[in-house]
Amino acid sequence: MNTKTTHKTKLSLALGPVLYYWPRETLLDFYRQVRHWPVDIVYLGEVVCAKRRSLGYDDWLSIAHSLKKSGKKVYISTLTLLEAGSELGLLRRICKNREFLIEANDLAAVYRLSREKVSFVTGPAINIYNAHTLKKLVSLGLQRWVLPLELGATELASIRDAVPTVATEIFAWGRLPLAWSARCYTARAENRSKDECKMACDADPDGRLMYTLDDVPFLVLNGIQIQSALTQNLAPHVADIRRYGVDVLRLSPQSRDMDAVVACFDRIRCSRVPNTDDLATLETLASIGTCEGYWRGKAGFVPPAVVEARL
Amino acid sequence: MELLCPAGNLPSLKAAVDHGANAVYVGFKDATNARHFAGLNFTIDELRRGIEYTHDAGSKVLVAINTYPVESGWSDWQCAVDTAAELGVDSLIVADIGVMDYACSCWPRLPLHLSVQGSATNEDAIMFFHDHFNIQRAVLPRVLSVRQVANIVRNVDIPIEVFGFGSLCIMVEGRCQLSSYLTGCSPNTYGACSPAAHVRWEDRDDRLEVRVNGMLIDRFEPDEPAGYPTICKGRFRVAKQTYYALEEPTSLSVLNILPELYRAGVAAIKVEGRQRSATYVAQVTAIMRAAIDACVADPEQYQPQQEWQAGLARLSEGSQTTLGAYHRPWS
Repeated sequence: MNTKTTHKTKLSLALGPVLYYWPRETLLDFYRQVRHWPVDIVYLGEVVCAKRRSLGYDDWLSIAHSLKKSGKKVYISTLTLLEAGSELGLLRRICKNREFLIEANDLAAVYRLSREKVSFVTGPAINIYNAHTLKKLVSLGLQRWVLPLELGATELASIRDAVPTVATEIFAWGRLPLAWSARCYTARAENRSKDECKMACDADPDGRLMYTLDDVPFLVLNGIQIQSALTQNLAPHVADIRRYGVDVLRLSPQSRDMDAVVACFDRIRCSRVPNTDDLATLETLASIGTCEGYWRGKAGFVPPAVVEARL
Repeated sequence: MELLCPAGNLPSLKAAVDHGANAVYVGFKDATNARHFAGLNFTIDELRRGIEYTHDAGSKVLVAINTYPVESGWSDWQCAVDTAAELGVDSLIVADIGVMDYACSCWPRLPLHLSVQGSATNEDAIMFFHDHFNIQRAVLPRVLSVRQVANIVRNVDIPIEVFGFGSLCIMVEGRCQLSSYLTGCSPNTYGACSPAAHVRWEDRDDRLEVRVNGMLIDRFEPDEPAGYPTICKGRFRVAKQTYYALEEPTSLSVLNILPELYRAGVAAIKVEGRQRSATYVAQVTAIMRAAIDACVADPEQYQPQQEWQAGLARLSEGSQTTLGAYHRPWS
């Protein structure tokens, strides 16, 4: 894609993988609705915890088929933290499928796919902080990448200048997945070990809030993953994002009102300047509030400029 | 089984070498390494002297260039690689794919180690770096059980190094953005967690509060020792329970499982702590040297001596140690 024309093309909307442990019926129902949503790209699969098996790989494939029939471009997302041999086994099986492209969330997937000369995209946990790294991965088959969460507009612009031809995606909506561990923090909150977790995370369709000692909602425990309590919302910056040559906006699923989030972003991507009603609506769709600091080169939790000015 | 020790300055380097380290690892005075603290690390001249001292003693010097350069900072990382190579260091410890690609193509005879910051927790990720950049060693993130470590050693063709003592990162290294979420600076981009400029200590009603960029990380009673406010070791509330929601202030220690790591085929044990004093480095190096020697001499009969345990406990965060993820129930 030529950067000079990029600003004229429509931004694509991508629905990120579900980061939480939702029951089977909830997931099936969710993706039945997604067929009718104005998203272009859907990422499917378990990326957080291999113990979460409300859907198996074959179930994901059948959802992938039905979404593909509805005109969606479907990617299978791989697990982010791979430790056990069984996890690597499933990863290798996923990487052998030739029907759907893979979103690699660990270099293990990049290794498998590049050896087979199969193209791939990367998720936000693959550390692409500079053009040298991006170029190397492009030479191995990378087709699209997600800007690391902690980088912002300035870093994006300089990487895009150096490597203008590869498609770029940014994490535009959702609680930020900030860290990963061997330990399950949801199980720990229940005084259990990971091996005895009894799937404690099934009680938390949007993760479990962790507050500071003075009661500020700070982070979210999501099994082995830690997220921000605030929802990152880059909708106010869509005009800039387009100008920087971004191709895809990633919206990370939440249990409630995801259809409304998608509808707002769909209208915003189609207009030159975001509609203030849509921006106001999005603020109400984030359960704790929104943040956007990373995009502006600040701390991630910094709220939108208008809110910051009032503080 | 080698012993690798940290050095934040020349006195620490000498302490490590004098007390039996097979190798020391160091960094330059900038954000190119993951211990970017004021007053710490090496100038070119100091490194030259450090290399001489270390090589005279028959030990090795490794330079950590293990953070992730953003585009505008690239030349600093390139310069760090060139400088270290020209000075004749024994290996570089690298995480970023771009930096690794540069080092591998410009200095093909300089051995590369994959840094813990490279987040390689499985054999396929390690083989990625091996196939593309010919890495000679991989350092494993502190998230694996001993059994998982042993599996990796069995399934890859290169030596594996693991952490043996020191501050415990409980998140996968290279994939933790908790610090930048609050401060804009992370280990990946800046080489430190909770940079001091963002930390504020405050007395409130006889209790000491510590905030990172305004966010309350912990509150200490008058008789409680207060540690540095890394976010993962703070106290928080989840539902009605207030506790160390992520991890207690504690240090990692593998004294109790050295024979298991040895039998697993681990090539080297690494001590964390380039930010520590020369005295600290001397004490930890001496104890770990004695322990590794005892373990290698007779792994079946190995028993960690009480004075080693006590010595390391005194030097530990919160005066306590843990086996961390090596011991499955920790997870």
